[in-house]
Amino acid sequence: MRYASRVVAPLNDETVLSLRSGDKVLISGVIFTGRDAAHRRMAESIAENRPLPFDVRGQIIYYVGPSPTPPGRVCGSAGPTTSGRMDLYTPLLLDLGLKGMIGKGKRSPEVVESMKKNRAVYFGAVGGAAVLISKCINRMETVAWPELGPEAVFRMRVEDLPVVVLVDSFGDDLYSDGPAWFRRSG
Amino acid sequence: MRKAREIDVSLVSEAVKGLFIKANVSIGQDVYNALVQARDRIEESPIGRSVLDQIIRNHDLARAEQMPICQDTGMAVVFADVGQDVVLTGGDLTAAINLGVEEAYREGYFRKSIVEEPLFDRRNTGTNTPAVIHTRIVPGDRIKILVTPKGFGSENKSALRLFTPAQGPGEVRDFIRDTVAAAGPDPCPPLLIGVGVGGTVESAAIMAKRATLYSVGRRNPDRRYAALEMETLEAVNALGIGPAGLGGTVTCLDIHMDFAPGHIAGTPVVVNICCHAARHAEVSI
Repeated sequence: MRYASRVVAPLNDETVLSLRSGDKVLISGVIFTGRDAAHRRMAESIAENRPLPFDVRGQIIYYVGPSPTPPGRVCGSAGPTTSGRMDLYTPLLLDLGLKGMIGKGKRSPEVVESMKKNRAVYFGAVGGAAVLISKCINRMETVAWPELGPEAVFRMRVEDLPVVVLVDSFGDDLYSDGPAWFRRSG
Repeated sequence: MRKAREIDVSLVSEAVKGLFIKANVSIGQDVYNALVQARDRIEESPIGRSVLDQIIRNHDLARAEQMPICQDTGMAVVFADVGQDVVLTGGDLTAAINLGVEEAYREGYFRKSIVEEPLFDRRNTGTNTPAVIHTRIVPGDRIKILVTPKGFGSENKSALRLFTPAQGPGEVRDFIRDTVAAAGPDPCPPLLIGVGVGGTVESAAIMAKRATLYSVGRRNPDRRYAALEMETLEAVNALGIGPAGLGGTVTCLDIHMDFAPGHIAGTPVVVNICCHAARHAEVSI
């Protein structure tokens, strides 16, 4: 697969605004992980005015719960989980400056509206391509809530992580445009 | 009188362990071939072909490096067909199956994804047990064990509907198509779909789960159901969802239906969705 552009994480507004739905992108830099349980705890922290495990400004969150790291490897298999389960919490994080998300699957209209308002981008990685993706992760360390196991928050250093822009900061969505092109009415 | 055959449950533990390790790292040849064929000959979307290529390369890597194909190594589902001439010795069958699951998930470095109690604490059991076990007593003196690690990205998109006797195959086809349309990209297409028709709510669900495990290309022996499988596959692939939901002509690799006798007043239909990592393995002891 040919990837048109490379982006560096964390993200700035200039990069975010340059990305368009359907762009193939390679991400390098530092990203954070979080899925259901971590999002629930982050939302509780926000509600109770406690600090988050990391400053979300400019950051990308990857929705993943990796499999355990075998000896001699940096991490286990690490493909994306379904993003829609995080929709309830995502606008809270976007309001605090989160700039990017990596996952798979549709987002709610509320998330897309918040992405437009806060200038953020939603990337898609290929669900199930979990070994391939793990090869792009050079370092992984636990940032918070190790007791959550695979649902803990990890910091990952990634190199050339292959993703596609699913929803850009203007609200354009590849999940509506792509399938419409190939739909055949019966 | 036929002589009973003794089988020590430790053999069952070993078998279950080996099957889950195999299933989680290596995809069946039928699914692999279907993915290659989709990439090389069927998929019309360039981005769809590149997604299929990533999926295929991931299967090659997983097998070569003995790494789990997907980080979601699933809830452990075990079908055990126990011959009625078998006498189980050495302990409890359920405990033996769970021990095999626990060892496979520990030694294989597979993710433990099971919570003890679903609504309040949601505390992880740490062992990926208990497994979901479906036992049948069958003729013979062997135990056939079929396992599938079931990921929940796709399980979450499954559906149940109760049909009236006035409703027919067309309505069932539309129900399956609409279930896939509503799921969109979330369950990791291209999908394998199992459908159970008839019986009761729970028997239809078990039929549907078993049907997700049939080989790609297998058709129902009843020609009418075989035709309905093909017609539904066509309708689902006309949705345009495509690989990873990014648009394309391959949304589903195959649909398998099973039916059972049912009540005069109604027909449960369960659609069980499985992602492209349709993992399963079986052995006979």
